[in-house]
Amino acid sequence: MAGKLKVHVDQEKCQGHARCKSLAPELFNLDEFGNAHEIGDGSVPAGLEDKAWLAQSNCPEIAIEVVEE
Amino acid sequence: MSDPARAMPDAGPVISDHPPVTDWIHDFDHTDPRWTENPFPIWDELRAASPVVHTDRFLGCYMPTTYQAVREIANDTEHFSSRRVIVRDIRPEITATAPPITSDPPEHKPAKQLLLPPFTPDAMKKLEPRVRAICNELIDEFINDGKCDAAARYTRHIPVRAIAHMLGIAEKDGDLFIKWIHGILELGIKDDAALMSAVREMTEYFAAHLEQRKQNPTDDLISTLMKARDKDGEPLSDSHVLGSLRLLLIAGIDTTWSAIGSSLWHLAKTPADRERLVAEPELMPSAVEELLRAYSPVTMAREVIKETVISGCPIKPGNMVLLSFPAANRDPAMFPDADKVVLDRKENRHAAFGLGIHRCVGSNLARMEMMVAIEEWLKRIPDFRLDPAGQVTWSEGTVRGPRQLPLLFRKAG
Repeated sequence: MAGKLKVHVDQEKCQGHARCKSLAPELFNLDEFGNAHEIGDGSVPAGLEDKAWLAQSNCPEIAIEVVEE
Repeated sequence: MSDPARAMPDAGPVISDHPPVTDWIHDFDHTDPRWTENPFPIWDELRAASPVVHTDRFLGCYMPTTYQAVREIANDTEHFSSRRVIVRDIRPEITATAPPITSDPPEHKPAKQLLLPPFTPDAMKKLEPRVRAICNELIDEFINDGKCDAAARYTRHIPVRAIAHMLGIAEKDGDLFIKWIHGILELGIKDDAALMSAVREMTEYFAAHLEQRKQNPTDDLISTLMKARDKDGEPLSDSHVLGSLRLLLIAGIDTTWSAIGSSLWHLAKTPADRERLVAEPELMPSAVEELLRAYSPVTMAREVIKETVISGCPIKPGNMVLLSFPAANRDPAMFPDADKVVLDRKENRHAAFGLGIHRCVGSNLARMEMMVAIEEWLKRIPDFRLDPAGQVTWSEGTVRGPRQLPLLFRKAG
């Protein structure tokens, strides 16, 4: 049984491609410049694990980290 | 001198003929007609030879051929400058900048941050109804003909009218924009006079709009830029505003025209994908990303300013770099079945909008325009194919897309 997931956007790497917001709007928000941030503390609600991995694997800057707690 | 263009102080050769390429690996040329027609096998050949290749053409130019090498260069602003973003036959003194695309750190970030807020996905949602209406107005003009040149009648007009709408200028001025951009992005590679005259006309056009808004401020993107403050709280100079306006026009039109055109071209010649997209419209978001990957329109450039090594290849100053995001996006080491269009591709870190700090400021606009243009087309014209009596032609150089796209079709229901 996999543990609970957490997502995190590395602000040094994010360039605002907005792919994560498009694929997983429940997990990411964009700021006024269009750069992405995880919502809250990045905890991924049950059922949204696939979206977390999808966002991670579509970020051109490899800016999204997904960790299992 | 009888040729007035040659009397211009900074005019280069009016047109220089390039000899045909016989050795792509050591003498590549992205203006060769074979590259223009079908670059994909050439890129595969170059990539198999080396992660970075070089040509003596264009006064010396490298090309990274792998996704990895493209990423390394895009992220390396210490050795590679963006002050020149088009690979040309000549390198005249830089007279007209277009911040932030031609900016390096530390000037880049503040210039880019001024442009980002008007182009967020939320801002694009507000523009979307107008773009849908533009698409339908265009389709109305030819839908009863059963055929059309989709590049001339449809795809070229959508980004021009959308950006005009954002800037607060007449959509009908779009034909002027198309002429200038052709002068800069295509003719300008070999003909400096054509480039300079297009830049001059464009600058004069926008300068007049700036003057009007000084008398009567508006709430469009031009006024937003005029009201913006730099990091010291000072208003931008007119020349900065004009440079950014030139950029929005140059970067926002040919590019998206090309992306929409290549998408329709693919769907016209691939009935299985077309039928699938009509039957499963929920695939549109991933399909748009995949079409962006497979037919990325935009190749950028850098100028080498310090000696370095990229993917094991020595890189020397004095050379340009042809930064081919389209070739990176066809690298099979990064994308399984890279030469196939897979509409529901799950993992797609494509670099169609660049990588690193110069990520296209208009990417959200381009995506929205592509999505809307393809959706509206498929709703009204779900069944179409290439017209065997016509010929598809492709643009040369920096931005690749169909410039003639003759289609035959049946309208919906």
